[in-house]
Amino acid sequence: MTDASISTAGGAGKAKIAGGYSTLLVLSIAAPLLFPAYVTQFTFLWILVVIALCWNIMGGEMGYNSFGNIVFFGVGMYTASVVQVGMFADVAQYTAAKGGVSLDLTVTQYLVGMGLGILAGAVLSVIVAGVLGLGMLGLRGHYFAIGTLGLGIAAGELAAGWEYIGAGSGMVPPQFPASLDRGNILYFMSFVLAIATFFALRRLYRGRFGLALNAIRDDEDKAEAMGLHTTLYKTVAWCVSAFFTAMAGAITGYVVGFIDPIYVAFAGITYGVWMVLMTVLGGKGTIWGPVIGAAVFHITQELFWTYLLGWQRVALGLLIVLIVVFFPKGIVGYVRDKFPERFGYKVDAATADAATDPALGQTAGKSGGSQ
Amino acid sequence: MDNLSLLFQAPPLALQLVIEGILLGGIFALAAYGMALVWGVMNIINIVQGEWVVLGGFVALVTHNALGTPVMLGIPVAAVALFAIGWACYHTIIFRIVDRDLFTSILATFGLSILFQQLMNTVFGSDVRTLDSGLGTWHWMNNMVTVSQTKVVGFVLAGIIAVVLTLFMRNSRMGQAIRATAQNARAARILGIDTDKVYAFTYGLNAAVCGAAGAIVVMAFTIHPYQGLIYTVRSFTIVVVAGLGNLPGVIASAFGLGVAEQYAGFTLGAEYQNAFVFLLLVVILIARNLKLQRERKVLR
Repeated sequence: MTDASISTAGGAGKAKIAGGYSTLLVLSIAAPLLFPAYVTQFTFLWILVVIALCWNIMGGEMGYNSFGNIVFFGVGMYTASVVQVGMFADVAQYTAAKGGVSLDLTVTQYLVGMGLGILAGAVLSVIVAGVLGLGMLGLRGHYFAIGTLGLGIAAGELAAGWEYIGAGSGMVPPQFPASLDRGNILYFMSFVLAIATFFALRRLYRGRFGLALNAIRDDEDKAEAMGLHTTLYKTVAWCVSAFFTAMAGAITGYVVGFIDPIYVAFAGITYGVWMVLMTVLGGKGTIWGPVIGAAVFHITQELFWTYLLGWQRVALGLLIVLIVVFFPKGIVGYVRDKFPERFGYKVDAATADAATDPALGQTAGKSGGSQ
Repeated sequence: MDNLSLLFQAPPLALQLVIEGILLGGIFALAAYGMALVWGVMNIINIVQGEWVVLGGFVALVTHNALGTPVMLGIPVAAVALFAIGWACYHTIIFRIVDRDLFTSILATFGLSILFQQLMNTVFGSDVRTLDSGLGTWHWMNNMVTVSQTKVVGFVLAGIIAVVLTLFMRNSRMGQAIRATAQNARAARILGIDTDKVYAFTYGLNAAVCGAAGAIVVMAFTIHPYQGLIYTVRSFTIVVVAGLGNLPGVIASAFGLGVAEQYAGFTLGAEYQNAFVFLLLVVILIARNLKLQRERKVLR
């Protein structure tokens, strides 16, 4: 991976990189303290980073373009709240009251409940991913893409019909105890989650696992013929993706403060599309791509909300089309093409013209061909 | 599930569901045929399909409301308007993705679908709309079976459109060119067919067919801006079951889907009808994949 090649650049490069990371760290910790008014926006930024990184496992590294990762997002969100409520009250009664019942929890009770809830959401999502993976991961290409799209919407429709979790009117996560600083706690939870996701994935990509995923992306049949247990790798990749996405979803539930089955939890039209868009915008198949993509996208999105109110969703659709059609390599991919040496690629001038991007090499199945 | 026993107690209800399902299936068949056309000729899975059905409905609705023209005139008007929109879409966006990989085309058309959906929401409002055709209802078997005449007329019109399309594809020069391009775009180009023009026409034709279907939908059923994706998924399901370039198959599976949906809506409750459609797609894809795996083929 590109990232691995940077870190082998030598002592000076290492110090530079360490400096860069610590600057980011200090900035991230200082941001909510300096600008308390924007803390929710900062929280969302980290959540978007996490879901983009998770989508990149499937879509970028493995070449399985999942539109169904939103399922795990929603499962995590619902499970966290249901478990937390379930520890102290009857869930069916709580949801039936539509937010009318408020649980008076002590700080310890609340935090323990929330922690266990988020963990339960993540575990349940991994199980869901494993079970769904049995059937779904056998599909290839566009069948996988559209199958998962169907899955995501079906999950939303099912949740909207299920009385136990509040059906169409959704459910409200328990109110934060008044003595806690809600904004900052949620910010640092999402921040820690984003860091954990980033480094866990970087570790995974550097080893055999990352190579296996890239092999599956480049040619699954060959990878299998070479003796890779592709089904196992695909399932594990989806489970990893589900694990972190579910935690991001759970935190989002608390940040938004209201779980609507179709517009918040299984929100195919917002988070579900955003995670794909952010990754493509930043650069598919790179570790920094989703992070940068998420940051740029989040700012763009806020600008849309501010200056194009009423048309922001239209602008989003247009943005997707423009990025996919005109900028498919993404920011990182573009920079890598411009300055390949900085990424540790040796460029031979004679063959440079023929060089292709590995992340975009998969021009599948177009018969007829162009010229 | 309580309704299931009702079906056995009153067999005419089952007949009602079958009739409704087939009338619904006629419209699905039109949209699915368009999708199969674009998929087969251009190798693009057109996610924006459903939005064009809905947009066709809105065009018919607005034409009638603004100009007071006869309701049925909405169908050709919607078809022409949507042909223009589809043609314009091809020349701005789609021609750039024809030769690209499938992920690009899926995501780009998905973006278009969000774009159109939100445009319709902004322009026409998010209400559920319908157009009164002024036709009555037939009652049979002690009012146990009721059939809206509008739906029957819509079904017949859908049939007429299908026949016209088939004749067009079989006999006209453009139809032949489209079929030649579908078989082998490169060979077609060598033989002097302007494939770019063929692609643009195919894409516009698909939009026109969807628009006509939408104009029928707005009379016989209801439309609202966020309804598009389910028509896309229905079309995709039908095409996956029937295969490309198989019109009788498309019609049969469209009827099947229509009837299955009616039964699911009746027995599981209307709130699960959409969930049923989406889950059915997943189940069909997985089942088909397992079948192909057993024959040691890979579904691509």
